Amino acid sequence: MINIEINGKQVTVPKGGTVMDGARQLGIYIPHFCYHKKLSIAANCRMCLVQVEKAPKPLPACATPATEGMKVYTHSQQAVTAQKGVMEFLLINHPLDCPICDQGGECQLQDLAVGYGASESRYQEAKRVVTNKNLGPLISTDMTRCIHCTRCVRFGQEIAGIMELGQAGRGEHSEILAFVGKTVDSELSGNVIDLCPVGALVSKPFRYSARTWELSRRKSISPHCGLGSNLIVQVKIDRVMRVLPRENEEINECWLSDKDRFSYEGLNSEDRLTTPMIKRNGQWHSCDWPEALIFTVDGLKSVMERHGAKGIGALGSAHSTLEELFLLQKLIRALGGGNIDHRVRQADFRADSNLQGVPWLGMNIADVQQLKSVLIIGSTLRKDHPLLAHRFRQAVKNGAQLNIINPMDDDLLMRVANRAIIAPSEMVNMLARVLKAMIEAKSSEGISKHIMQSLEAVNVTDEAQTIANSMLTNSPAAIFLGNIAQHHPSYADIHAIAQVIAKLAGASFGFLGEAANSVGAYLAGAIPNQGVLGSEIKHAEPPFNAAQMLGNSPNNAVPPCKAYILMNLEPELDAYNPQQAMKVIDNAEFVVSLSSFRGNITNYADVILPIAPFTETSGTFVNTEGRVQSFNGVVSPLGDTRPGWKVLRVLGNLLQLDGFDYETSEQIRAQVIPAEDVITRYLNNDLKDYAINIPSEEMIGLQRIGEVPIYQADPIVRRAESLQLTSDAAPPKVWLPTVLLEQLNVNEGEIVRLKQGDGEVQLEVACDDELPFNCVRVASAHSNTIALGALFGEISVEKL
Amino acid sequence: MTQSVQVILADVNPTDPENWRLKSYLKRDGYAALKKIIANKIPPENVIEEVKKSALRGRGGAGFPTGLKWSFMPRQYEGDKYLVCNSDEGEPGTFKDRDIMRYNPHILIEGMAIAAYAMGAKTGYNYVHGEIWETYERMEEAVEEARLAGFLGNNILGSDFSFQLYNHHGYGAYICGEETALLESIEGKKGQPRFKPPFPASYGLYGKPTTINNTETFASVPWIIRHGGEKYLQLGKPNNGGTKIFSISGHVNKPGNYEVPLGIPFAELLEMAGGMRGGRKLKGCIPGGSSMPVLPGDVMMKTDMDYDSIAKAGSMLGSGAVIIMDDTTCMVRALERLSYFYYEESCGQCTPCREGTGWLYRIINRIEHGKGRPEDLDLLDNLADNIQGRTICALGDAAAMPVRAMLQHFRDEFVYHIEHKKCMV
Repeated sequence: MINIEINGKQVTVPKGGTVMDGARQLGIYIPHFCYHKKLSIAANCRMCLVQVEKAPKPLPACATPATEGMKVYTHSQQAVTAQKGVMEFLLINHPLDCPICDQGGECQLQDLAVGYGASESRYQEAKRVVTNKNLGPLISTDMTRCIHCTRCVRFGQEIAGIMELGQAGRGEHSEILAFVGKTVDSELSGNVIDLCPVGALVSKPFRYSARTWELSRRKSISPHCGLGSNLIVQVKIDRVMRVLPRENEEINECWLSDKDRFSYEGLNSEDRLTTPMIKRNGQWHSCDWPEALIFTVDGLKSVMERHGAKGIGALGSAHSTLEELFLLQKLIRALGGGNIDHRVRQADFRADSNLQGVPWLGMNIADVQQLKSVLIIGSTLRKDHPLLAHRFRQAVKNGAQLNIINPMDDDLLMRVANRAIIAPSEMVNMLARVLKAMIEAKSSEGISKHIMQSLEAVNVTDEAQTIANSMLTNSPAAIFLGNIAQHHPSYADIHAIAQVIAKLAGASFGFLGEAANSVGAYLAGAIPNQGVLGSEIKHAEPPFNAAQMLGNSPNNAVPPCKAYILMNLEPELDAYNPQQAMKVIDNAEFVVSLSSFRGNITNYADVILPIAPFTETSGTFVNTEGRVQSFNGVVSPLGDTRPGWKVLRVLGNLLQLDGFDYETSEQIRAQVIPAEDVITRYLNNDLKDYAINIPSEEMIGLQRIGEVPIYQADPIVRRAESLQLTSDAAPPKVWLPTVLLEQLNVNEGEIVRLKQGDGEVQLEVACDDELPFNCVRVASAHSNTIALGALFGEISVEKL
Repeated sequence: MTQSVQVILADVNPTDPENWRLKSYLKRDGYAALKKIIANKIPPENVIEEVKKSALRGRGGAGFPTGLKWSFMPRQYEGDKYLVCNSDEGEPGTFKDRDIMRYNPHILIEGMAIAAYAMGAKTGYNYVHGEIWETYERMEEAVEEARLAGFLGNNILGSDFSFQLYNHHGYGAYICGEETALLESIEGKKGQPRFKPPFPASYGLYGKPTTINNTETFASVPWIIRHGGEKYLQLGKPNNGGTKIFSISGHVNKPGNYEVPLGIPFAELLEMAGGMRGGRKLKGCIPGGSSMPVLPGDVMMKTDMDYDSIAKAGSMLGSGAVIIMDDTTCMVRALERLSYFYYEESCGQCTPCREGTGWLYRIINRIEHGKGRPEDLDLLDNLADNIQGRTICALGDAAAMPVRAMLQHFRDEFVYHIEHKKCMV
């Protein structure tokens, strides 16, 4: 530790710390532009020049290492003269037209110019003009305003992992730009808007729509991926105008993914429902709430009279709040039924009754950076978990070895130490090989006889060996199952083997939570075989899980439910097998949809109850690390929309069920989560007594790899206009390796016919040679591919 | 008159097309120093000690004691260490390194090999200025000769000392002569200076300990090893050891490179260069390359040519580029040209230089073209103050110092320009 003195105050900074670090500790503000606590030091703006005793000239606080006994003056004559000199230089070529700049009112240059700028400019020459750049649909440029701090450049290099912006040219002619003809496509790109200290990079969707001082800042939580990013939602006259990060070092730090940042556009979409709607005699009518609710109650009662409560299936999206999911399961169970689930993209429920608790990340998000070895199984990591990917990237930068077992080899923008890229059907076998390699390298102690027998026929390969070695030799290590693993038809076996591997390696084991409330949905009891907080539920006959309800279970040839209650779901986009899901839903007698958006609901529902998205209701999300985060509505519900929990409460009342007298969402939450500190007790990734089944390595035909595209994952983001213009939202193509292209005699760019089940689509062909030779990658959750079937499994490709 | 004592250019004959070759160099006692070190297994620290004794100071411009710089390289460091020669001679007025490489390339190679031996570097780069392509090709040939003869490469002269030397040519950016920008450029990045600390001795090329010296500095080393540091020191003056090549340009009869002992009177050097062209009066002289402060002729005539004497006179020896200006020179025009250079060559990384150099140039340009304002001179002074000492590298100082010195010594000429909208001369 080093002791220094700043403005007469003593402070201790760690070895290698700078004057800026010391000043920040003391709460002394040193003006700066290029310095940012999360980025490397550039020392190029020179605004933070301070006087250091014995130094002949002022030194930049951000880049000057603290030395023992150093005396620093941040506001001395010398320091202030230097700072004012720099400010004058910054302003000579900067437009002095703050009133027409979108950054006005939240501009660091503007703010500091008040303190360090002169009231009149001594610069009488012509000013520099820089042409604007097209950086894509999210970032708008006003490059003449750029002060060359290079924060955006460093963000790309250091955080996003891809240098999409750079500084070209020299001297006065230097400019920030993307590579020729390219846009900025990183899924974290929007952060450069926050980083830019001036109005050079601003939000394209938000531009010129409001002034910062007109906006109220309201706290919220992101409803998208399992991270649970903390948000500031900015509101003007009851409308969400934009979303900014709310700093939380343990979750999103000061960043947001583009999905979290720009999805708010979906909230204001044309597709929002504003009144309840019912279908009478095949015709849709808008109506008031009492009519819609009575219609709903009558419909449900009628189904129950004929088929009993077991005839009703309830499916709630894990993007719903804890309160909504709790009431949905409470409603269905109070009616005497038990068909409730939220895992609409899960295919394999064989291990459901072996689960010992709620699947979660297995560790704290912030601790990911400390890992030294990581194995990620089945994940489109960057697209599913943009900011978790950034945490992994930092871990890799700190020396961690990243291992992946995955059907595709997308560029993760970080060094991958070992990779096994294998067909989905091979994933269990691959894990078995890693397990066997690990047992051979370590010991078989504690490994069940059944597993040892199952592994007998397994041959360890080199790639399995290197992955096993990486996990065994580097500590701390962790294994994570991504979305692909969780959707996989052999999810139970993947889960079970991964868990054994983790135990052997002494590694942490966890799940990358798919949705904002993937953990919360379990806690709320929105699963068929357990109630709230894992409480036991007695059933005469076992209730249906999501796969069974949606006709995706091999044993249920007949659609099991006669009525469905769908909450925040678009089954044609959200189900594991949209083809089958839509078949059973179309055949149902009565379908209730609680939704914020109209979508295609009128094609299959009988009643639509418009419920509020996360910005218009209070509620709770429990993120993937088990952190309970409650939020309030930031605007009032649109039109006649009502918070989902209120709608479910009234439905309970109208159905004359007990215990639906909640006044506030906090009362509901208190029923699920009595106290936050006990939540960790329910988090447990263990499977007990599940008998692993390693498939024989036989060849099957072509297999589909069906991922969920980043901007198609939930109803809100699907309607976010600007995100839909990004390259990540481009219509899906059929990705094939060259061997398959040759086999099928098709070329890139050609249109082919894809068949799965009894559906087919025609899509453009693209080539990806990293794909396994028998795999066809086709995204799901897109209107162009909903006619297809399951995310994984056989698919056929035909030349037209 | 002082005898011309030659260390680097001794027996160099530019008119003989074979003179630069290894064969010729060996006849001039070439590689004797390297052979001596290897044959006698002289400990590296003794080599550094000898260089310290010689009082050799960096010939690139800053004049930092070479032996001291070499001793900063971490001796115990296990990993790669690099040696870099800065032949990116971009300072206007300087053309000595080009001639060393053209006419005596092996002396540089030998000097670098000795330095590598002294500092334990296994790899060296010679960064050649981008606008002298034929010189780069000459260096390539010379390095190949040395490699074939066993003076470079693995197990040099049968010892366990190995040193690989590569020539690397830039593309003509002045800023790449700044040592850390040069390192960035070798790494394949945009040539922009790094902020210091850390210094290259701890974090240099590819993040490894690196020593960077100027061409002339390395070229002085073989003589020091052959004759001893003490003797080299005696060639010059205390604290200003050895000889220096001055590149003399401007209004003299015989512009060119002159290697002379440090400390000779300027008047003698001027005489060697054939005196003032047309017998005109010396008006001013920039004694150390375009970035150094100009001195009036009468001050120059009383000054000796060594680091300390020129510093005392108010300028710096810099790279040894002596720019002579006679009384027909318009100092406003001269400064306009200089300022344009720094405006054009600023890398754009840090604010004062990126914004300030253009501002300086525009004001001076205005004055030159009869559009100056009375307040401009104070503004220039103040802007130069706001640039100097506030930037990441010395380019800011280089842009500011000529302005300040011109205004200090020739202010009346600027005032005349502003008042009469025309030249005094």
